[in-house]
Amino acid sequence: MDIISNLAVGFGIAFSPFTLFLAICGCFLGTIIGALPGLGPSNGVAILIPITFTLGLDATSALVLMTAVYYGAMYGGRISSILLNIPGDEPALMTTLDGYPMAKAGRAGDALVISGFASFFGALFATIGLMLLAPVLARVAFLFGPAEYFALYMLAFCTLGGMASNNQAKAALAACIGLGIAMIGVDNASGLPRLTGGNLHLYDGIDFLVAIVGLFAIAEVFIFIEHQGKGTAIGVKLEKVTVPWREIWSTKWTMLRASAVGFIAGILPGAGASLGSFLAYMTEKSVAGPKGKFGTGVAKGIAAPEAGNNSAAGGALVPMLTLGVPGSGTTAVLLALLMTLNITPGPTLFTERPEVVWGLIASLLIANVVLLLMNVPLVKLFVRILTVPAWVLLPGVTMISFVGIFSLTGSYFDMLLMIAFGILGYVLRKLDIPTVPVILGILLGGNMESALRDAMTLSDGNIGYLFSSPIAIGFWVFAIAGFVAPLFLRGILKKPQAHKDL
Amino acid sequence: MASDRIFGLIALITAVAYLAAATQIQTNFFSGEFLPKLFPYLIGCFGALSALFMIYKPDPDPEWPAKTSLGSMAVAVVVLAFYAVLLPVLGFIIPTFLTAALLSYQLCKEKKSAFFAGLGLSLGLFLVFKFALQLGNVVAFKLASPAKIWDAITILIPFIGH
Repeated sequence: MDIISNLAVGFGIAFSPFTLFLAICGCFLGTIIGALPGLGPSNGVAILIPITFTLGLDATSALVLMTAVYYGAMYGGRISSILLNIPGDEPALMTTLDGYPMAKAGRAGDALVISGFASFFGALFATIGLMLLAPVLARVAFLFGPAEYFALYMLAFCTLGGMASNNQAKAALAACIGLGIAMIGVDNASGLPRLTGGNLHLYDGIDFLVAIVGLFAIAEVFIFIEHQGKGTAIGVKLEKVTVPWREIWSTKWTMLRASAVGFIAGILPGAGASLGSFLAYMTEKSVAGPKGKFGTGVAKGIAAPEAGNNSAAGGALVPMLTLGVPGSGTTAVLLALLMTLNITPGPTLFTERPEVVWGLIASLLIANVVLLLMNVPLVKLFVRILTVPAWVLLPGVTMISFVGIFSLTGSYFDMLLMIAFGILGYVLRKLDIPTVPVILGILLGGNMESALRDAMTLSDGNIGYLFSSPIAIGFWVFAIAGFVAPLFLRGILKKPQAHKDL
Repeated sequence: MASDRIFGLIALITAVAYLAAATQIQTNFFSGEFLPKLFPYLIGCFGALSALFMIYKPDPDPEWPAKTSLGSMAVAVVVLAFYAVLLPVLGFIIPTFLTAALLSYQLCKEKKSAFFAGLGLSLGLFLVFKFALQLGNVVAFKLASPAKIWDAITILIPFIGH
């Protein structure tokens, strides 16, 4: 009955008025961020990290606030998918397939409510799964030595590169860019600078927050300018919002299956929510068959990807918290938050800082309920936010990013670096090179290198040591399979394209 | 085709330069002779390999933006660079007003809306940052001598600035 006593500790923390207030603020802010077209969970959370950090919140509060934003953004992403046919983020793409046709048929309100309930169900499922699975995985992780950790990091890069991108070479290049940047700065072992080119500003290394905000938020600004703010006008009118209980009830098995599929996809290192919603939708589509009329605006077609996507979001927290290896772009950003707060994710987190983990889990449960209550009656309010014109939104986002980094480091150099990362991010996105491996490389580069160095020191330079344990070999096999297999599966698992507006 | 090849070539040159820089990494007794260089070597090699592959097998070209959009983006980069060096010198309100208004103008091309967007954002965000979030180093405005402002701007000029 460990779990119950642990949960009691967690709820004890989460129910304090201040934490509750933070959770509600986070949910509200997150839903807005998710709903705004172009702003998704990863750039939303990225922009807010520096500011949260400067606020001087303690670790648990900061974590509660940001995960509430994260969950909120996952909820909010569906609003712009359904109403505008513009996914706020990549995982929300699948929701447009049935959500937008339903909204065009005059049932926008129903679509939003069904997807809200599906999100709730998926997130609830995942949080319970996290509660049950994470402590077990954390215990297994105690067996890991440097060789296993090195293989695990390889696995994360390989699966992320293999699944999330269309071109393996580009994903590998992205990972190398990230890892290469992580090497810059003073070497811990020798105390001597590496690869700084003599620039004093670089002795500290490149702050991963600068890179993240640049690659996600500032790059988004350039994309926005390229499109000249198109696609912010409201497409579909929202009439009265009622709760279609019967239809929601009819999707119960869909939601359950989609949540299970999404959760598993979320746990896989590097796969994340996009894969979760994609697999959930495809599974349900094949279960329903041609009679299910998927793609024409059916309730199941909305419930499946939303449940899958939110469940994967929760599932992605499992490897992030237990192993320190994030499962998606947004959890990579959350990992950055943890590292900023000086919390080292991994098995020791569960034994040494139980209040952080269980406080987080309890607040996720609370945030989920808050989000459901907020999203069904208040959905009209969030829909109005979509009408904020791009020429106010875009400078606003930029200024918030700059002030965040400025208040964190106080240096012009970091702000200039952020602009450079923004340009890099724009070029990478144009060339279809994934940016998430870059972030992951910057975040994990240091750990990955020290795992390799420890392994080499322990084995006196024997390369074979990296493949010496069954766990390590297993990771290497999965890493290679995860990198190579998508080459062959790409023909079979073709992503459906978004509806072209007729 | 061409875009991928160009980027691949740049990446290849960078990777080779990275490898060259990695051979120059200083080591001492504590770190051992080879370990500080090992991981940078691996990264450089893998990076060069992937870059070669990109050159060998490029994807179709993306749709690059029209010249006017590229111009807007270039303006945005310059404006943001000025913002980055002037924010610490001039305080929050004046640089934010100018930057927000100019960025806004890049999107809507209407002077009046851009002016009000800049005004509203600079004052509104200042109130939020200063009083709601109480961020320490957000200062309304600072008086700076022209010499100091020039000093900040020279940062952006290569070989003259710091």
